[in-house]
Amino acid sequence: MKQDIFQAIADPTRRAILTLLTIQALTPNVMAEKFDMSRQAVSKHIKVLHECELIRPEQSGREIYYHFNAKKMQEFDHWLAQFRQNWKTQFNQLDEVLSTIKEHKK
Amino acid sequence: MKNDLLFDFNVDKAAKTVYITREFNAGQALVWDAFTKAELLDQWVAPAPMRAKTKYMNFEVGGRRFYAMISPDGQERWSVQEFTSITPKTNFKMYNTFADKDENRELPGSEWDYNFSEQNGITKVDITIFNESFERLEKLLEGFKIGFTMSLKNLEELLPSLS
Repeated sequence: MKQDIFQAIADPTRRAILTLLTIQALTPNVMAEKFDMSRQAVSKHIKVLHECELIRPEQSGREIYYHFNAKKMQEFDHWLAQFRQNWKTQFNQLDEVLSTIKEHKK
Repeated sequence: MKNDLLFDFNVDKAAKTVYITREFNAGQALVWDAFTKAELLDQWVAPAPMRAKTKYMNFEVGGRRFYAMISPDGQERWSVQEFTSITPKTNFKMYNTFADKDENRELPGSEWDYNFSEQNGITKVDITIFNESFERLEKLLEGFKIGFTMSLKNLEELLPSLS
């Protein structure tokens, strides 16, 4: 099953990993060191983040470096902007309904 | 006329929660009715050219509203709201889930919390929406998409017909 971006961001460790990756690309080994975690635990987090495309791997020699995928985060924000726009539209409609009712009562 | 009224929309991604605040130029009793009476809800809750149709609404704790968002080409997206707490004129909470046309719910849903307060004839409504998953929140938007992609011009033409 494809990972849910909300679930990915909800975990504090994964948020910390993302924050770190915005500064520089890292290998799983370095991540494990920085977060004082087992390699296995780090792999799990990487899997989740990778599956929802928040990070992408790049091979460099024998090492794999993970990069933060800012584009995916932007897509998410763009989506939220649409959600916001819908609410705006709905509420403008409610303004009309309310003023109509108030007019009738006069 | 209306654009000096407060509108806030915030998303706490980590907490999977959406916070919406809006002021309305009307008294609290009237705004409360607009959010809790089916015949009023159906007039505004679907962004035009979508429309809303409430099959039934039983506004009491444990009661339900069963309604559909209908697109211009007649597609219906049904949902069930179950009211979990009501403090008249000031607060109500509900659990919202998508459903099929026979009212079978598709779990999980989202938790909604509405707060109403009035100051100097302006009523403020605070809405908190908690979603277990982003996928669920994404679905919420899907039902609206047609309304969103229609031009604003069309929307403006439709609004006067509501009054």
